[in-house]
Amino acid sequence: MKFAIAVFSAAHAPSSRRALLFSQAALAGGHQIVRLFFYQDGVYNAQDTSVTPQDELDLPRQWRAFVTEHQLDGVVCIAAALRRGVLNEEEAGRYQRSAVNLSAPWELSGLGQLHDAVQAADRLICFGGP
Amino acid sequence: MPASLLIISRQAPWSGPSAREALDIVLAGGAFDLPIGLLFLDDGVFQLAPAQNAKAVQQKDLSANLQALSLFGVDDVFACGNSVTERGLAPSALNMATVQLLDPEQISSIIDRYDQVITL
Repeated sequence: MKFAIAVFSAAHAPSSRRALLFSQAALAGGHQIVRLFFYQDGVYNAQDTSVTPQDELDLPRQWRAFVTEHQLDGVVCIAAALRRGVLNEEEAGRYQRSAVNLSAPWELSGLGQLHDAVQAADRLICFGGP
Repeated sequence: MPASLLIISRQAPWSGPSAREALDIVLAGGAFDLPIGLLFLDDGVFQLAPAQNAKAVQQKDLSANLQALSLFGVDDVFACGNSVTERGLAPSALNMATVQLLDPEQISSIIDRYDQVITL
């Protein structure tokens, strides 16, 4: 089955952890993930600047490793990210901000990528939300 | 046939960016000509309240964006009738004339009718 995964909660939320576990289980079960889309506070899962105490779960790092290892399409909504200060080099330059906290494998793109994923997938699975 | 998508919007317009971000998904879907529906549920129905004064809480008024829905080809706009009356809103005075009020049974069948659902 082809899954599209949407994450709406921040990295410290239990639902974000479940999103990663579900995604890992989906691939382990022989399924395909057409895209991971991070929206609303979900954009915080992709930021490089979260620092987690050593004995705690570092979810942003785990997401990064997972997406990199499986060469997944990890898309972060650009409007949601800008609003929350999650910027890649290009956007930090565009808006003259001193910090860059988003980099490959993550890609900033628009909501069209969510709709595109919904069309390409058999199932959309959402995690988190207000 | 493209897959249809229902957005269930459950947050009040003044409770943070959630209402706006839910609406943005709908408008983007409309811009791509996709079959998309919008259901206001729980506090989400406050987005339909008449005479909102967003400026008083230093926010942008979302109402204008609601009126843009039909321009984006989004005609399937629903609201939970119970949520509307529970919050003291008059069904006849909502800021969108075209919104369809649904009872719980109709809400179940609407959710069933769409291929995918996002609740925000």
